Amino acid sequence: MVSTYRIQGATGEWEVVIGLEVHAQVVSKSKLFSGAATAFGAEPNTQVSLVDAAMPGMLPVPNKECIRQAVRTGMAIEAQINKYSRFDRKNYFYADLPQGYQISQLYHPLVGEGSLTIDADEKAGIAEDKVIGIERIHIEQDAGKLMHDQHPTMSYVDLNRSGVALMEIVSKPDMRSPAEAGAYVRKLRSILRYVGSCDGNMEEGSMRADVNVSVRKPGEEFGTRTETKNVNSVRFVMQVIEYEANRQVDVIENGGTVDQETRLFDPGTGTTRTMRSKEDAHDYRYFPDPDLLPLELEDDFLEECRASLPELPDAKRQRYENELGLTPYNARELTAEVETFGRFETLLGVAAAKIGKSESAVATQVANWALSVAPGVMKSLGDEADASNATAEAQASILAMQDKGEISGGQAKEIYELVLKTGRDPEEIADTEGLKQVSDTGAIEAAIDDIIANNADKVAEYRGGKDKLFGFFVGQTMKAMQGKANPAVVNQILKDKLG
Amino acid sequence: MTDLTNLGVKDIRDGVAGGEFTAREVAEAFNAAVAEAAALNAFIVTTPDHALAAADATDAKRAKGEDLGKMGGVPIGMKDLFATKGVQTTAASHILEGFKPEYESTVSQNLWDAGAGMLGKLNLDQFAMGSSNETSYFGNVTSPWRRSGGANTDMSPGGSSGGSSAAVAARIAPAATGTDTGGSIRQPAAFTGICGIKPTYGRCSRWGVVAFASSLDQAGPMARTVEDCAIMLEAMAGFDPKDATSLKMDVPAWEAGLSADLKGKKIGIPREYRMDGTDEEILKSWEQGKEWLRDAGAEIVDVSLPHTKYALPAYYIVAPAEASSNLARYDGVRYGLRDLPDGAGLQDMYAATRAAGFGDEVKRRILIGTYVLSAGFYDAYYTQAQKVRTLVSRDFAQAFGQCDAILAPTTPTASFPLGENQDDPLAMYLNDVFAVPASLAGLPAMSVPATVNSDGLPLGLQIVGKPFDEQGVLNAGLAIQSRANFTAKPEKWW
Repeated sequence: MVSTYRIQGATGEWEVVIGLEVHAQVVSKSKLFSGAATAFGAEPNTQVSLVDAAMPGMLPVPNKECIRQAVRTGMAIEAQINKYSRFDRKNYFYADLPQGYQISQLYHPLVGEGSLTIDADEKAGIAEDKVIGIERIHIEQDAGKLMHDQHPTMSYVDLNRSGVALMEIVSKPDMRSPAEAGAYVRKLRSILRYVGSCDGNMEEGSMRADVNVSVRKPGEEFGTRTETKNVNSVRFVMQVIEYEANRQVDVIENGGTVDQETRLFDPGTGTTRTMRSKEDAHDYRYFPDPDLLPLELEDDFLEECRASLPELPDAKRQRYENELGLTPYNARELTAEVETFGRFETLLGVAAAKIGKSESAVATQVANWALSVAPGVMKSLGDEADASNATAEAQASILAMQDKGEISGGQAKEIYELVLKTGRDPEEIADTEGLKQVSDTGAIEAAIDDIIANNADKVAEYRGGKDKLFGFFVGQTMKAMQGKANPAVVNQILKDKLG
Repeated sequence: MTDLTNLGVKDIRDGVAGGEFTAREVAEAFNAAVAEAAALNAFIVTTPDHALAAADATDAKRAKGEDLGKMGGVPIGMKDLFATKGVQTTAASHILEGFKPEYESTVSQNLWDAGAGMLGKLNLDQFAMGSSNETSYFGNVTSPWRRSGGANTDMSPGGSSGGSSAAVAARIAPAATGTDTGGSIRQPAAFTGICGIKPTYGRCSRWGVVAFASSLDQAGPMARTVEDCAIMLEAMAGFDPKDATSLKMDVPAWEAGLSADLKGKKIGIPREYRMDGTDEEILKSWEQGKEWLRDAGAEIVDVSLPHTKYALPAYYIVAPAEASSNLARYDGVRYGLRDLPDGAGLQDMYAATRAAGFGDEVKRRILIGTYVLSAGFYDAYYTQAQKVRTLVSRDFAQAFGQCDAILAPTTPTASFPLGENQDDPLAMYLNDVFAVPASLAGLPAMSVPATVNSDGLPLGLQIVGKPFDEQGVLNAGLAIQSRANFTAKPEKWW
């Protein structure tokens, strides 16, 4: 399927070609080559070992957990796992880089080719599912952080992040629109969070992307690309692509050529600017790190990694559709985030038990509740809601009452409102607040008999074939019952009596 | 009491354990000898209190009947490349002048744990780069040896472990640590008539040793006898989880395994080591060495190491390449020298700090290393050198199919006067031509004194062993030692 996203230039349509290098911070207690802690937000320079500060004679020792997380991530994108990989030094001077080199993997990465599928999204112009190739994943050290606002003439250095493990996930230039790139980052983030190898927190810098963009006339060879560094949200990734693609088209159409260069994104203006040109590009003098032996993975280790993988987003979504009978939309919504499916699966289990039916029998009801009803109530209450009252137990009770016909949909919402505000028991609320439907056929029959007696003309019309009047009788009955009659019971009795 | 300074590691250890003298008496004697020998400039800092404290601890243990350790009561010199907690550690550089680590290197800690004490931090070539101990920021080390015939020319103690070799030869330390990247233990040992062994790469932890070339650096002992080297190496070596290249192997009982009986052993003589420009007297001592080993029961066989002539050029690509990266951390940001000119930015600070903090030889090697790793040159130099390295290792592996150890000269010449080779780096580099191949292959190699030349200067013989076969190397060394009867020692002039 060819993407239809095009830049309209003066000389015709242009296609955008996008590749992303996503840097994802590995979830692990300690750094890639030292025992220092990795928690976010600690006081500056409190999580720095002698190795991280590159004191004389200090040596890196690989942290097995970081390797494991990267291998599991590779497996989650069905990639080639390289049993032999090696660390290389990338040499450059900067104050946030204590060793004067970053330990990375250039020549022999841990993970080879894989792929992920972005989902069809009509609204975003993605007509059908699309497979995006992933070139490789390698692991490397993060740098420290410079703080320029602490002193009038000096910069301060915080080395807490120095040496933290990153996975660099390099896509192939397979994306053709900002929407596809956005979907790719979201899907990748989702997979990482399912696997638990990265928390995906873009605001805290746990995930950031280098965005490679070029333009070409459809069907022609790739154009010269630019790389915009360190973009830290999905929205910004899409903005960078829009801006860069249009800028490049302008450059070319005005007779210029696109320079292969590194650029910076300014979130304030939504524009990019030159950081360094190809001529100024660093010569990183990569060479194998002589402090580290090649990494050789054993079969047992790989098997353990594979066995530890959870059900992944695509598989889960399919199961939701095929086994739980959910709509594609609901299945996708519920499986997008770890928290969402976690809450859903818990509620589904409790609700099925309470209702006394199989999970698949109640899944649609629970999904509608979880995706639309419950969030709606929560949102309408704003600050009045105490989220800690939103227990699976309470929600399941409401769903069970609704399933038995004891409460209506409207009553369910009202009860849930009170639950969220007060934490009271839903069944107790239904009883004491009078939020239950009347299913007592005697009361309903009496009301209906009255209505039939008082509306002989309408009854005659109905019996004469004016079926639409049935709604009128329902409305009258509900009014008479002050809205608390069980609609199913009302319908049944009306049908019986009207004939 | 001054006689105590003539004793080596084994004699001191056994004497203290047997109650012939106390560890404190030994430490005091060596502290005094060190204090008298300032003219040698062997030490950058002296630590008499450290030596005394360790001695007192040993004496106290003895009083309680506790085990004194492998090095109990032996004060040693510590090459100033090893980080020593709270004691200035400089690698003989200006850039680390005043740097006092918060940590102790694994090797030095192992020695203290074995009962040794520290007389001081020994001078060396700056960042272990040099073969004459003339590149130290803290001045040359002068060899205790002088040429016979009355000339008072200051001679080189070799390098980079020149402070170590000078101190041990001058008997101001019974033993010292050295490090060997391309001959830095063996060449100074040969120049000063002492023993020194570089074990198999990975035997001694590199943790806390200021790095020169990580894939080559190995620590080892320098002492006056093969036995002393065996004892001290046992104390220094061992697996260290903090060094990813450390060998996960038990340390053999080398001292207990010593035997000068070489019956059934084959000693290889590499024909390619017969190089133009090698001193006639060196060649003669090599012949003599063969006779000694034959006399000890070994069979002498010819072997070939065909890529020998490429080893030195390959070494001078690999070692500077690694050094250029290893020394990047000395940038003035976190510790050591910082030169921040008025109004300077980060790049200016780097330039000023590194210009002021590194000596010429260090800068030369950083430049060479940076060049050979650069885009467009990497394959021609670094990749090619790595291939040579593989071929050199293969040469040894094939030779060891025919022999158990290899005998060769340690150096192509005896010690030379300080200043003689200073303007000719290539001539200086050639000093390591016989030492470098074993370094590239990571093999255990030792220098033992053979004789003195017509100038009265010591000459050493080198034994190179199979991987992990330090015992075979030590035993061949012992066979030479027991036949060479090397009793020459420098006349005290300092």
